[in-house]
Amino acid sequence: MTEFAVRAEGVGKVFPTKDGDVVALTEVELTVDAGEFVSLIGPSGCGKSTLLRLIADLDPASSGTLEIFGKPASKARVDQDYGIAFQQAGLLPWRTVAGNIALPLELHGMAKPARAARVAELAELVGLTEFVDRYPDQLSGGMQQRVAIARALAEQPRLLLMDEPFGALDEMTREYLQGELTRIAADTGAAVVFVTHSIPEAVFLSDRVVVMSPRPGRITDILTTGLGDTRDEALRESPAYFERVTAVREALHGTPVERANER
Amino acid sequence: MTTSGAELRPAPGWVRVVAPITVGVVILVIWVVAVDVLKVAPRALPSPIAIINEFVLRSGIIIEDMGITASNSLVGLAAGAIAAIVLAALAATSKPIDGMLAPLVAAIAVVPIVALTPILNTMFGASSQFGRQSVAAIAAFVPVFVNVLRGLRQTRPVHRDVLRSSGATGLQTFRVLTLPTALPYLMTGLRIASSIAVIAALVAEYFGGPADGIGTAIATYAKSGRASLAFAYVAGGIAIGLVFFLVTSLLEWLVSRRKPV
Repeated sequence: MTEFAVRAEGVGKVFPTKDGDVVALTEVELTVDAGEFVSLIGPSGCGKSTLLRLIADLDPASSGTLEIFGKPASKARVDQDYGIAFQQAGLLPWRTVAGNIALPLELHGMAKPARAARVAELAELVGLTEFVDRYPDQLSGGMQQRVAIARALAEQPRLLLMDEPFGALDEMTREYLQGELTRIAADTGAAVVFVTHSIPEAVFLSDRVVVMSPRPGRITDILTTGLGDTRDEALRESPAYFERVTAVREALHGTPVERANER
Repeated sequence: MTTSGAELRPAPGWVRVVAPITVGVVILVIWVVAVDVLKVAPRALPSPIAIINEFVLRSGIIIEDMGITASNSLVGLAAGAIAAIVLAALAATSKPIDGMLAPLVAAIAVVPIVALTPILNTMFGASSQFGRQSVAAIAAFVPVFVNVLRGLRQTRPVHRDVLRSSGATGLQTFRVLTLPTALPYLMTGLRIASSIAVIAALVAEYFGGPADGIGTAIATYAKSGRASLAFAYVAGGIAIGLVFFLVTSLLEWLVSRRKPV
């Protein structure tokens, strides 16, 4: 029997405002298998970040049921079943790289020697071993984001939630970290729910791409990429990859996109 | 000597040290010339040389009085700051408490310390430093309260999300996020409050209380025409204020070295 990392049934989110309720998300049906890489993509206001925040129990769902490994989201958060990274690295500026990676371990009362060993392991995993004593303001944006990913992985979660983690980075760093992320996801065997507004990024990383649409935020399509387990630079130039990028683009726009050579 | 091109470049390091020293020396020279050579200064303004002589001659008693004023300032600063931190923490955690404290703090902020001082000194008597310490505490309270309360509200949403997603308890969040975020603000408040506390403690001595301290001595010797000695005490007062300012500035620099990312 396949275990579900995330199972959402009829999930909705309504934000009450002065001018009446705003429906941010409605009737979301989604399952993410253990070890699966799923991207949420869509224009601004489609509720992709909102859905991620509901899964992370950073905001409560207004309706429906949401289960993480068969538990309610709030219990999964307290049990640390997931790790999360945001668009902003969100590192504490007064802590070193090691101190930032160790933060969740410290909060959960892990003993100092074990903590140091785990931090060294994580720093190695994200390639920052030489930088553990630096402070965040001494790192580049890409390095800060790698620290945030190491922190998210600290408790060996079986689910990794990522909210546009590479959104603020330049294209080269972005592609490099995408490659690193697929490697880390494969190494750890964790399921990933990845929010992005970049079509190539979603296709390159994912087993499935969830296409969302705004007003009200909802899922309009779910595409399987079928690109296999090897995600390397060769894939970025393969016809299969371009074909999936086109498919996602068409799903986003709702109509087949007319191509110059077919006119 | 200087070309227009050289003026665009930032000044070399030694200029930053030499320039203020030069200004100080020039002022001292003008002062000495005006008082000792040309004798055009008013009688109440002594020569800096006379002031230094008095300071060296009477250094024992001056330093003793400096100790009194400095300790009054320090006790007042500490008491005012602790009260401010506790009340700011309460105001930050609860909206109703914030609402209750806001008018109280506004009232304390506008209390004319000079007007309150004779009353407090009389209240606690001529043998107690308590009146002076209270004046320093009241003066130090407001800048610390305002800054700490602001600092406790500066946590960033992404940091709160990180802590919440790590399953941190309220107390843990306060310890690892809210408090360190507020620390630079506390230090800014302390730096501002430190100078004010020294001034308040010193001024309080003009209005009664025990017959010691820098302020008492300045008032006494100014009235009895011993201007050089009065100025030597003023120099002592400046030294106290400077030490308080430098120490708190150093603390502020230490905690706010790391830029947010």
